[in-house]
Amino acid sequence: MENALGEYQNIVLLGGRSEIGTAIAQRVATSFTQKIVLAGRNLSADDVESFRSGLSQRDLSSIDVSTRDFDAIDFQNHHNFMDDLGLDSIDLVIIAFGQLGDHDELRKDPRRAADLVSVNMTGTISVGLAVASAMEKQGHGQIIFLSSVAAVRTRRSNFIYGASKAGMDAFAQGLGDALVGTGVGVTIVRPGFVRTAMTRGMDPAPFATDSAHVAERVAEGLRRGRRVIWAPGILQYVFTILRNLPTPIWRRLPIN
Amino acid sequence: MENTVRRQSLTGWGRTSASSCDVLRLSTSSFTAPSELSSIESLLNGSARGVTLRGLGRAYGDPAQNGGGLVLEMADDLRDVSLDADTGCVRVGAGVSLDDLISFLVPKGFFVPVTPGTRFVTVGGAVASDIHGKNHHIDGSFGSHVEKMTMLLADGSVVDVSDRSDPDLFWATIGGMGLTGAILDVTLRLLRIETSWCTVNTRRCENLSSLIQAMSKDDDQYKYSVAWTDLLATGSSMGRSILWRGDHASRDEIDSSVSDPLSYQTKNLGSVPPLIPSPGLVNRWSTAVFNELWFRTAPKSRTGEIKTIPSFFHPLDAVAHWNRLYGPHGFVQYQFVLPFGAEEILHEIVAEISRSRVASPLVVLKRFGSGNKGMLSFPTRGWTLTVDIPARVEGLPRLLAQLDEMVLQAGGRHYLAKDAHMTPESFARGYPRLDEWKAVKNRVDPKGMWTSDLARRLDLVQ
Repeated sequence: MENALGEYQNIVLLGGRSEIGTAIAQRVATSFTQKIVLAGRNLSADDVESFRSGLSQRDLSSIDVSTRDFDAIDFQNHHNFMDDLGLDSIDLVIIAFGQLGDHDELRKDPRRAADLVSVNMTGTISVGLAVASAMEKQGHGQIIFLSSVAAVRTRRSNFIYGASKAGMDAFAQGLGDALVGTGVGVTIVRPGFVRTAMTRGMDPAPFATDSAHVAERVAEGLRRGRRVIWAPGILQYVFTILRNLPTPIWRRLPIN
Repeated sequence: MENTVRRQSLTGWGRTSASSCDVLRLSTSSFTAPSELSSIESLLNGSARGVTLRGLGRAYGDPAQNGGGLVLEMADDLRDVSLDADTGCVRVGAGVSLDDLISFLVPKGFFVPVTPGTRFVTVGGAVASDIHGKNHHIDGSFGSHVEKMTMLLADGSVVDVSDRSDPDLFWATIGGMGLTGAILDVTLRLLRIETSWCTVNTRRCENLSSLIQAMSKDDDQYKYSVAWTDLLATGSSMGRSILWRGDHASRDEIDSSVSDPLSYQTKNLGSVPPLIPSPGLVNRWSTAVFNELWFRTAPKSRTGEIKTIPSFFHPLDAVAHWNRLYGPHGFVQYQFVLPFGAEEILHEIVAEISRSRVASPLVVLKRFGSGNKGMLSFPTRGWTLTVDIPARVEGLPRLLAQLDEMVLQAGGRHYLAKDAHMTPESFARGYPRLDEWKAVKNRVDPKGMWTSDLARRLDLVQ
């Protein structure tokens, strides 16, 4: 259950190895939390161990951390996946899996581009619906979708990734609207450039941040009941401008 | 009976942790006809997430909601009340509100044995929470005045339950948060009164120590006693308070020109509108102003003031929906009891809350007398402090976790009718008879049909 202070008893992280997802799950967990399920492909005891060590830094080593096999593109099993969790109540689900890909290679290989979209968008929509339906049945729950500022205005240097995030972001917005009054809440997180293993070697975009900061913003946003959380916060204003910028100007911008 | 179930988002009075439930509003009298009983049963069997009983939804947290499951909203009217003036007992449908019951009883020279700070609770809810009032130090809690109850059990049987017929079930139900079965009606022992007025003595205490001293000294000379405390005051006035104590006025204590000494009327001062924007109107500054005025306008010491029942017992009821003042994220009402002798811890807790600067305009201190045999009944001998706090104040989880630990270490416990944040572990530490209660629960409801969001949160139902 979720308590009055916005603490969660059972948390599921889809994308159990996602650096940002992990940071969010660890940050949102409190002494009220009982179980955290890390879901992903081929998660090992080492993954659990490293997750636990992050928790013990916050004095939360009593939380039961376990793993589940989960494949974002195994659409047929997404409903079963939720049922098989065997949790009395699923209070918070963080949907954090995703791929960034090498944009130049993706452009040359439509097949791989389609695969990336399958994971980032189709997989998110499929499992997002399964999560929403499980939560509607229990009459409460919170879903966090890890989107990106790339969903708001896509840059030419990563528009395939941007398109996939735009798709899942639009889905999450609509899902949030559809779930009003069901007891289920949707939160969309739109980070900018985050320095993680996934972005190592890339030139950071302006206002680059790290996963700890994103997690901090998410915790704060949940406490205040925000529907969309930007990290860092200033990107909300930057991207409001960028989104409305006329195309000829946008094309000339160095960040594009 | 019309079985119109509607899907509805429910919260407690604190307006936190909403969940969506299938709500069916009905009268307890509909359970007594066998045909209706079976239709309810069929309804129950179809529900995979169990059934929760709800009265007027005045518990602060999540005991009267059942996310994804069925909620039976018990609503009875005065047709479900029968008074035996000779024995001073009343048999009353569990869905009757204390508001209705009091307005029915007072003109006849009777009063409920215990009333909480609001009239807007049902009799069933009063039993299930084993509520207490300003007279706990003298008269104990609501459950101590219950002669017997009629209950619908999970197997579909309707039984009379009393301390003699089935003491285990009786004392598991009093304070049992509606998890042992549906209370259909309650036979209560009443209090006889001569007038509908109260005599009230008021005094200001400059800090917590002087308040504790005053209450310890002569609380027992008054039937009713309660204190309001200012937690924003610091230094030597930390815990400055107003102490109200009183009793029902006898006929010769009121003006002899009053034609009807038992006339009873309630007042309505208005209602708080539904759309108070986040973060609400209760903050450090508004609370500081309120507290200052409240303290300053109270007399230093006044004796023998005559007040009406509503203004003495239920001042907040005059403002409908006052819970909306806390904004859309709601509030928690943190209430605990500490045994006598733990006054130092009480001081520390008050200092801790005061230091945290959380805004709380409604802080109430009260001395409890002995508890009863209710297995999960809250009151025990000691000090009970009640603090309202906006639910999403920064750092609140940490503060409450710290206070929980201080309370539990000192041998205290928390009140389920108010609780909205505890863990199964912290709850169990405060209630040593929990296993005994679970055994009764298991006996009368082995499949765990009666449940609630609270039961799931605190692991009360297997």
